[in-house]
Amino acid sequence: MTTETLRTAAVRRRSATFGWARIRPVLTHLALAAAALVMLYPVIWMVVSSLRPGNEIFREPGLLIKDLEISNYRVGWNALTEPFTRYLLNSAAVVFGAVLGNLVSCSLAAYAFARLDFAGKKFWFSIMLVTIMLPIHVVIVPQYILFSQAGWINTFLPLIVPKFLATDAFFVFLMVQFIRGIPRELDEAARIDGCGKAGIFLRVILPLMVPALATTTIFTFIWTWNDFFSQLIYLTDPKMYTVPVALRSFVDATASTNWGSMFAMSVVSLVPVFLAFLLGQRFLIKGIATTGIK
Amino acid sequence: MSALAELSTLGRKKPPGPAKAKKRDNLAGYLFLTPWLLGLFVITIGPMLASLYLAFTDYNLIQAPQWIGLENFTRMLSDQRLHNSLRVTFTYVFVSVPLQLAVALLLAVVLDRGVRGMAFYRSIFYLPSLLGSSVAIAILWKQVFGTEGLLNQVLQPLGFDGKGWISDPSTALGTLVVLNVWTFGAPMVIFLAGLRQIPAMYYEAASVDGAGAFRRFRSITLPLLTPIIFFNLVLQIIHAFQSFTQAFVVSGGTGGPSDSTMFYTLYLYDRGFGNFDMGYASAMAWFLLVIIGVFTAINFIASKYWVFYDD
Repeated sequence: MTTETLRTAAVRRRSATFGWARIRPVLTHLALAAAALVMLYPVIWMVVSSLRPGNEIFREPGLLIKDLEISNYRVGWNALTEPFTRYLLNSAAVVFGAVLGNLVSCSLAAYAFARLDFAGKKFWFSIMLVTIMLPIHVVIVPQYILFSQAGWINTFLPLIVPKFLATDAFFVFLMVQFIRGIPRELDEAARIDGCGKAGIFLRVILPLMVPALATTTIFTFIWTWNDFFSQLIYLTDPKMYTVPVALRSFVDATASTNWGSMFAMSVVSLVPVFLAFLLGQRFLIKGIATTGIK
Repeated sequence: MSALAELSTLGRKKPPGPAKAKKRDNLAGYLFLTPWLLGLFVITIGPMLASLYLAFTDYNLIQAPQWIGLENFTRMLSDQRLHNSLRVTFTYVFVSVPLQLAVALLLAVVLDRGVRGMAFYRSIFYLPSLLGSSVAIAILWKQVFGTEGLLNQVLQPLGFDGKGWISDPSTALGTLVVLNVWTFGAPMVIFLAGLRQIPAMYYEAASVDGAGAFRRFRSITLPLLTPIIFFNLVLQIIHAFQSFTQAFVVSGGTGGPSDSTMFYTLYLYDRGFGNFDMGYASAMAWFLLVIIGVFTAINFIASKYWVFYDD
C-alpha cells in the first residue's frame, strides 16, 4: 500500500488511527467466519459422517474422510418397509399440490384485498391478519375429525386441499404488500384498453408479481417439505409416509443402532431444502424483509 | 386509505350509476375472495367453533361426544403433567426467544456496518432458519448432544467430562433452546432490513457531536429499531409457544427424560392423538389460544412504553 492511499484512507476515517482502521475489518471477518463455521459445523459434519463407516460417528469429530463409504446410503435407502424413493415421491406430490394451491388461491385473495373495492373489505382483511397468528392446534382436532369422516386419512388431500383455500394467510399478506407496490396507472391503462377485473388480474398483476409468486413458491416448498406435525397426524400408512414421517419412524425403528444410514437419509432429506435455498435466497431474503416491515 | 378513495372515484367516472358500479365491485371482490372465504369458514372458523364445543365434551372419536360441562377444565386444574408442560413451555419461550433475538440483533448490527461479503454472511446465517424445523436436524441434535455425541467428542480432549445432554433432565431442554437460538437468521434478516431504514445522517450528526460507537447504538439504533424488535418479539413468541417437531423427535415422542421436554403441544398431541382424548385436547388447544392471545395482548400494551415510532 502506498503512502498516498494510506493518506486518503486516513482522511476518510478521521477518528480512526492507522493500525486500528486496518485491523478492525480483519477482526470482524475473523469473528464472523468463526461464528459461521461454528453454526454450520454440525451440518457439515453430518454430511461427512454419512460418508464414513457407521461406528466412526461416535469417534471422529473431524471432517477428514479416510475411507469413503457409501453403503450408509444403500442401507438407509432400503431400511424401511418402502424404498426411500417412495417417501421422496410422496413428499414431492404433497409439495407440488401445496405450492400450486398457494399460488392460485393466495394470489386471487391478494388481488381482491389490494385492488378491488367491496363492502366489508377492511373487516375481512383484519380477520385475515389475525388468522396468520392462529395456532394450528386450535383447529387440528376438528379438522382431523372432518377429514377422517371424508375418508381422507392416509391421502394427501388434508395436506393439499386447504392450500387451495388460501389457509396460508401469510402468503396472502405477502402478495397484498407486493401488489400495493405495482403502479395503479397500469391497471387503469388496461381498463381503458378494455380489460375487465379478471383481465387486469391475469394480464397486468400476475405477470408483474412474479417475484412475490417466486417467494411464495420457495417458502411453501421448504415449509411443506419440512412440515412434520400435520403429516404425522394424517399419514399413518407406511406407503403414504412423506420424508419427515419416514425419517422419524427410522429413528424409532433402529433405536439409535444405525446412525450411519440415519445420517445418510437425513442428508438426502435436506438436499432439496438446500437447493431451494441456493436457487431462491434472493427471494427468501426479500420475502421476509418486506413482510417483516409493514 | 388513499387507495380506497382513488378507486371509488374511478367507479364514479364510469357511465353506469355509482350504485350499479358498486354492486359489480362487490361481486368481483367476493368472487376473487371465494376460495379464501371457503377456507376461512370450512378449514378455520368452523373447526375452531367445533373444537370449542368439543372442549366441553368427552369424545374419543368412536362414540358420539358427551357433554360434560366444565369437567375438562377442572381436570386441567389438577393435571400435574399439564402444569409441568406449561412450566417447560414457558421456560423454553422466555429463555430462547430473548437469546435468539439478542444474537440476531448483534449480528445484524455487525453486518450492517458495511462488512465486505455481507450478503454471503447473511445467507450463511440465514440457512439454519430454513433447516431448523426439519426432522433431519432434530436427528442431528439427538446425536450431537448424546452421550457419545459430537459435542462430547470435542469437549473430552479439552478435559471436560462429557455427559448425556439429552438424557439428563436438567440439560435436555437446554439443547432445544440452543436449537432455537441457532435459527436466529430469520429475525436477523428482518433486523437488517430495519437497520437499512435508519438515515445515515443521524449517525453522522451524532459522530460530529462526539458520540462513540456504543453511544450511537444506544441512542440511535436501538430506539429507531424498537418497532422491528417488537415485531420480531411478537412473532417469535407465538412461534415458540407452538414448537413441536424438535422436542418430539429428540425425545422420541415421549417429552422425556422425565417430562423435561414435554412441551404443551407435545402433551396436547399425546392426549388427542396418542390417547384419543379429543375433548380434553380441544380444551387444551383453546387454553393455548388464550395463552398466546394474552401474551400477544401484553406485548401490544407494553409496546406503548418502549416502542418508538419515528413519525
